[in-house]
Amino acid sequence: MRIHFKTSYDDDIRLFEDGWKLSLYAALLALMAALPWLIDDFYLGEATNVLIWATCGLGLMLLTGQTGQASLGHSAFMALGCYTTVLLMEAGVPFVLAFPLAGVLTGIVGGLIAIPALKLHGVYLAIATLALAILTDDLIVMLEPWTGGVGGKFAPPITIFGLEVNRWSSPAAWYYMALVVVLVVTLFYRNLLRAPMGRAFAAVRDSEISAQAMGVNLARTKTIAFGMSAGITGLGGALMGLFAEVFNNETFTFILSIQLLMMIVVGGLGFIHGAFLGAIVISFLPQALSIVTDGIGSNVAIPGLEIGVFGVIMILFILFEPMGLYGRWLKIRTFFQLFPFARKDMFRRQKSYLKTERLR
Amino acid sequence: MSLLTLENVTLKFGGLTAVNNLSMQVEEGQVFALVGPNGAGKSTVFNLISRFYTPVSGKISFAGTDLLGLAPDEVPSLGIARTFQNIELFDQATVLENLLVGRHRHRSTNLVQQMFHTPAVRSEERAHREAVEEVIDFLDLQPYRNSRIAGLPYGVRKVVEVGRALASKPRLLLLDEPASGLSVEETQNMRWWIDDIRRQMGITVLMVEHDMGLVSKVCDKVLALADGAMLAQGTPAEVQSHPAVIEAYLGTGDAA
Repeated sequence: MRIHFKTSYDDDIRLFEDGWKLSLYAALLALMAALPWLIDDFYLGEATNVLIWATCGLGLMLLTGQTGQASLGHSAFMALGCYTTVLLMEAGVPFVLAFPLAGVLTGIVGGLIAIPALKLHGVYLAIATLALAILTDDLIVMLEPWTGGVGGKFAPPITIFGLEVNRWSSPAAWYYMALVVVLVVTLFYRNLLRAPMGRAFAAVRDSEISAQAMGVNLARTKTIAFGMSAGITGLGGALMGLFAEVFNNETFTFILSIQLLMMIVVGGLGFIHGAFLGAIVISFLPQALSIVTDGIGSNVAIPGLEIGVFGVIMILFILFEPMGLYGRWLKIRTFFQLFPFARKDMFRRQKSYLKTERLR
Repeated sequence: MSLLTLENVTLKFGGLTAVNNLSMQVEEGQVFALVGPNGAGKSTVFNLISRFYTPVSGKISFAGTDLLGLAPDEVPSLGIARTFQNIELFDQATVLENLLVGRHRHRSTNLVQQMFHTPAVRSEERAHREAVEEVIDFLDLQPYRNSRIAGLPYGVRKVVEVGRALASKPRLLLLDEPASGLSVEETQNMRWWIDDIRRQMGITVLMVEHDMGLVSKVCDKVLALADGAMLAQGTPAEVQSHPAVIEAYLGTGDAA
């Protein structure tokens, strides 16, 4: 076990704990950068898909994992981000501008929606946001002149400073684009966590009453969390639509929101790593399932199999590993670090002491 | 002028009068205790000062500012920090992070600066951490600096909550039963800390406490409440021997 002797406050503030951690993540980044040379185009497409899901997942993680507000409406923001990007591109705005602008606009809309919605708590908020997701489906159909309705829209070609990014002719460029987006989002996320705003998010999640008593404005903090979450998810949605190349009202159904929520729960709520691990699971599950069904010798697609299996996985996780895949990894790592002193109950959830009765 | 003034404050929950025409003054530099039987309205007075409740009538002012014009999250910016009777810490965060939330009112950077982690954010963070380390030193919390609250014993949580309030560098510290559930030794520590908070840090303390031993050792002034109304006010010894207080706690002699 490595022991840190901290000699300055920067030891706690900087992104990586020590040189060892830094080199681990540098190695991971190098591996990610070298990926186009290591695997074929099909799997590179899958890797791109993982990164896109991870971007969406980071968005929801900020809201649910960090600020403790459940949302089943994030497919609406994915749709908004996607249509905004494409409409801006069609209006002649270059992709490098249209894409971040769409994220900001989605964030603002998300913040506006949050103002009334965040008066609700827990499951009620989930229901309200679910309504938003279902409404989006209809809105896309109704706003046919802009959205193309049921017929859908084709993604315009993406060019970044003269370089064409096409998933078939230049899959590596697409992959790098998704990689850069997810890295930037992760950096922003990490920066927030080590600043007052990130701590205000955690304060709102754990105890609204004492957050207020410490001077945290609940409404503003939740609205910012919701807006940022919506913005990031919007970016992910834009990538997803552009990557699919064709999208309509059925691309962004509420099922997507549920998958997104499942993803971050399975990955590990409240951890950045959780969003990535969940993204890997959700991207490769369909492949794994089809390999299994092929192995059994069944040629017929079983309807609802994927979502059913995912549901079972999620139930098992909530029952046996509420901290998700990343929590499981933390436990394994602690076991080896402390060997043989790790105790079974080190991560047991403690009974919390009596909470202050709700005021008002 | 008094630091904190309550003038004829009345609070009603439907038909129940929780605080009845209460007036009190806390002077700068005092350690002031509210005592009284269960349900007397002591914590309610705290929640009135924190603006979680709005009185039906009366005035509450702090250093000349009318508190009733403020929202609950604006109260700390005046320099009022508090703890809760049933410990309200951020359970999934570490002790250090909890104390850093106490610094929330001193933040000076905006969201965009924080997203990009500009040099201003970095130097602000250093200042926050330095202030928090002082509190950790003061309350001997070093062994728990990076422990998550969820795994800490009750006594330590109680101290962390005082620490989180102190980290905000308040002028007035509200302690809601700081010694409840603590062992004799921990109560003894709390007594010294309260003494030091007043003497070294120059912070005025208003506390609710049932442990009369602690109250008589640290407090200058005691106000006894029963059924939301003031029974007696004065030094700890005066209040303890006041006939109305004895009656409220022990009942009248007639019943026997």
